[in-house]
Amino acid sequence: MKYEMVVGLETHVELSTKSKIFCSCPTDFGGEPNTHCCPVCTGEPGTLPILNKKVLEYAIKAGLATNCEISRSTHMDRKNYVYPDLPKAYQISQFDEPICKEGYIELDSGRRIGILRIHMEEDAGKLVHEGGYTYVDYNRGGVPLIEIVTKPDIRSIDEAREYLEKLQLILRHIGVSDCKMQEGSMRCDVNISIRPVGQTTFGTRCEIKNMNSLSFIEKALAYEFARQVDLVESGQAVEQETRRFDEVSGTTESMRGKEDAQDYRYFRDPDLPQIEVSEEIIERIKAGLPELPRQKQARYTTELGLPATESALIIKYKNIADYFEKAVAAGASPKNACNLIVTHIFRNFATEEEKEKFALPITPEMLAELIKLLDGGKITANIARDTLTKMLASGKPCTDFLTASDLASVDPAEVDRLCKEAIAANQKAVADFLAGKEIALKAVLGYVMKATRGKANAAEVEAKLISLIKG
Amino acid sequence: MASRIKTIGGMLRRGEITSLELTKKYLEAIKAVEPSVHAYAKVTEDMALNLAMEADEAFKRGDDLGPLAGIPMSLKDNMTVKDVETTCCSKILSGYRPTYNSFVWEKLSKGGAVLLGKANMDDFAMGSTCETSCYGPTYNPYNKNYVSGGSSGGSAASVASNTAVYSIGSDTGGSIRQPAAFCGVVGLKPTYGAVSRYGLLAYASGLDQIGPIASSVEDAAIVFDAIKGHDEKDHTSAKNAPAEPIASSLAAASVKGKRIGIVKSFYEDLNAEIKEAVFKAVKFYESEGAEIVEVDMPLIKYVVPVYYILACAEASSNLGRYDGIRLGYRASRYTDIDDMIVTTRSEGFGKEVQKRILLGTYVLSSGYFDAYYKKAQILRNRIIASFGEIFAKCDAIISPVATRTAFPLDYASDNPIETYLADIFTVPANIAGLPAVSLPCGKDSKGLPIGMQLIGNKFEEGKILGLAHSFEQSGLSGVTPLEMGVRL
Repeated sequence: MKYEMVVGLETHVELSTKSKIFCSCPTDFGGEPNTHCCPVCTGEPGTLPILNKKVLEYAIKAGLATNCEISRSTHMDRKNYVYPDLPKAYQISQFDEPICKEGYIELDSGRRIGILRIHMEEDAGKLVHEGGYTYVDYNRGGVPLIEIVTKPDIRSIDEAREYLEKLQLILRHIGVSDCKMQEGSMRCDVNISIRPVGQTTFGTRCEIKNMNSLSFIEKALAYEFARQVDLVESGQAVEQETRRFDEVSGTTESMRGKEDAQDYRYFRDPDLPQIEVSEEIIERIKAGLPELPRQKQARYTTELGLPATESALIIKYKNIADYFEKAVAAGASPKNACNLIVTHIFRNFATEEEKEKFALPITPEMLAELIKLLDGGKITANIARDTLTKMLASGKPCTDFLTASDLASVDPAEVDRLCKEAIAANQKAVADFLAGKEIALKAVLGYVMKATRGKANAAEVEAKLISLIKG
Repeated sequence: MASRIKTIGGMLRRGEITSLELTKKYLEAIKAVEPSVHAYAKVTEDMALNLAMEADEAFKRGDDLGPLAGIPMSLKDNMTVKDVETTCCSKILSGYRPTYNSFVWEKLSKGGAVLLGKANMDDFAMGSTCETSCYGPTYNPYNKNYVSGGSSGGSAASVASNTAVYSIGSDTGGSIRQPAAFCGVVGLKPTYGAVSRYGLLAYASGLDQIGPIASSVEDAAIVFDAIKGHDEKDHTSAKNAPAEPIASSLAAASVKGKRIGIVKSFYEDLNAEIKEAVFKAVKFYESEGAEIVEVDMPLIKYVVPVYYILACAEASSNLGRYDGIRLGYRASRYTDIDDMIVTTRSEGFGKEVQKRILLGTYVLSSGYFDAYYKKAQILRNRIIASFGEIFAKCDAIISPVATRTAFPLDYASDNPIETYLADIFTVPANIAGLPAVSLPCGKDSKGLPIGMQLIGNKFEEGKILGLAHSFEQSGLSGVTPLEMGVRL
């Protein structure tokens, strides 16, 4: 029998507000333990939470960017559980009235992954185990989070990855989170069940907690799919349980069963008021939303005429897309700007993280100066690339490197002369070419290009050579 | 009843006494009276002397910090004062020194208040006799075989025994008004949101409210004026409450034409002495030209159950943080972290607190939430709505404060349900977030004070204090200050 997986994701994303959700402490990652703390975020008795309005705004932004309905009236609830990293013994979260609901993210296939809800909550502190002791660091306590919960709409590992990549991209584009899985600012709980293809009812699901990398999620899904199929095939039942992914073995193991599920005793937090969201606030936030990745992709391919794959590469990183657009705004042609960025500038960044940061020593305007010369035929592509390398190494403008001869165009008579010279010097290659070996012409072309230091127009030279040889 | 605060304030300003001299008198009085009353959980002698000297300095410079400058007072032990041990009179918080000041202390200290000490209270404000305190009970200054009431028993007893000029208490279901009534003094529970709760160690966040206990209505008004106002650190603190002072307008307040509501059903099974005392006040108002209006409160039978469900539910969550990890008491013997938390809580919380945490945990549990907590919330909203109808017909409701005068010592622990039900008249104001003042209106045959209550509409503290002031000035209550503590 053929099976399919049914997957739903609960993604926790740290919002990039400057201050915490219920006090004015900074949200900066790292720092000496317990230095970004105050009586409110350490849960000192008698303190009270004050909702950071930015958190509400960011959550609404995230909802609008993922096609959600925004609740006009909502509130915060307490989720009660005891754990040393949670100093109040309850997490302020949202239970029955999430700020956003009923949205979706569309995959490239056109399939929509439904978003059930997005709610706001506070992060917990961090436990550090050292030398037989456990220490608590509350720096992260009170950092604002949103939790984005999908419907069980995901059917494959590829869809799970694409959904998460798209979500990451959207949230980065609208500037509400940096979504760094390696720093824990994006974490995922994965729910998976299986069923025979064609069956419409759901199987029993397992939840795999706290996944912090895309590749782990893929591995966990693959393992869990196989495990559940094995169970069903051998006539056993899948138990509803919470499981843990082991990064070393790539397997999952049971943490607790359904009967051990915690009762969080949710109730409305009496310290915080009803939150009313007016139409005006939603309209103002909507008006301030930047262009979303899907809209950008459409515009790049239709209006700017870029190939879909290359524009996708640029859009994938918000900083790169911004840089690209500034260069185009400064007069560079989209095609050459995109080309130089994707083929040349990308090489300077070894990791995804570096691409995300996209720290360049030259401004988009400086890049545009160079590209305008290329666009106008003042310099060749080769010279543009060489110059760009020098600019990136030094941070200096192109005019510091371009010589008079770089900028001088090649005399057509000189090209004529060189073509003849090349044919004379490469008789074997010419003979091969005439015998039908087209690639042999490259050697002849190379002679001319080398002699002009790449300044001649390769296409024109090639046409000239063919006409001379075939005569 | 003359204003003690104004009398002392006049003496300080005329230089007849310094705050330091006055404070020393109070500290001496505390030493003399405490063995028989035990109003204090902790006396902050050095701090009091320092604050008094600072107040004297300010007077010398010509800085008038306000009506409370240089005046010695007590603060219930559930409000934070930076670096001063704050325990809610619970063993589980022993040794806890807050790192910050409560809003109310911040305001008072800026006004030159002199803190004599932290007043005794029931363990986490859970109790109505002040007997559940981990430091032992506060005795009634009128008769030490009786309780002071609770939970702000120490606050009320310190004022009644004049070992503090006034006190700050907190009221979740009557914890200011009932001990004030038992001790023959005045207690005001302001409108929910009128005084910031920042720095008040929470019992039931949606019901808790800080307010004054004083020896006269005017003093209660002066203190209320000093501690009210919006606080950006408390989301539930009111932004648009009337800011103008109440105390200065009391004398001009008139009873004539006011509509005073009475609830007939309250008096059906009521103790005759209490009924008689409250009706004396009703007659006074009528004779002064007030219109007495009969109002109905059919939901009254639900208020105590609704209160215990809501308060215990919130308490079970609010008290979850006392786990022995960060502050306060930690059990000395345990096997692992879970055992440490369980043992710490079992040893640290008193029996009454544990009972309420269990009750609160139960009513919030899945499967029971709808039957208890949700239903209680629905009833709460109906009770709030019913007050809306009542205040369309009258300006204030008059009622007894409690169904009886002070309990004998050790009575409440054997009669828990009766003790809970004795709060029936005070709880509605907390459920509906309304202001209510308690003041003496007579004495019973044992010589124990009887209190009456005036409940007003939201933010109408001025109206109920005006009515209370008129009755107090009539002298009809027959309750006069005890010959105890400091005499000037």
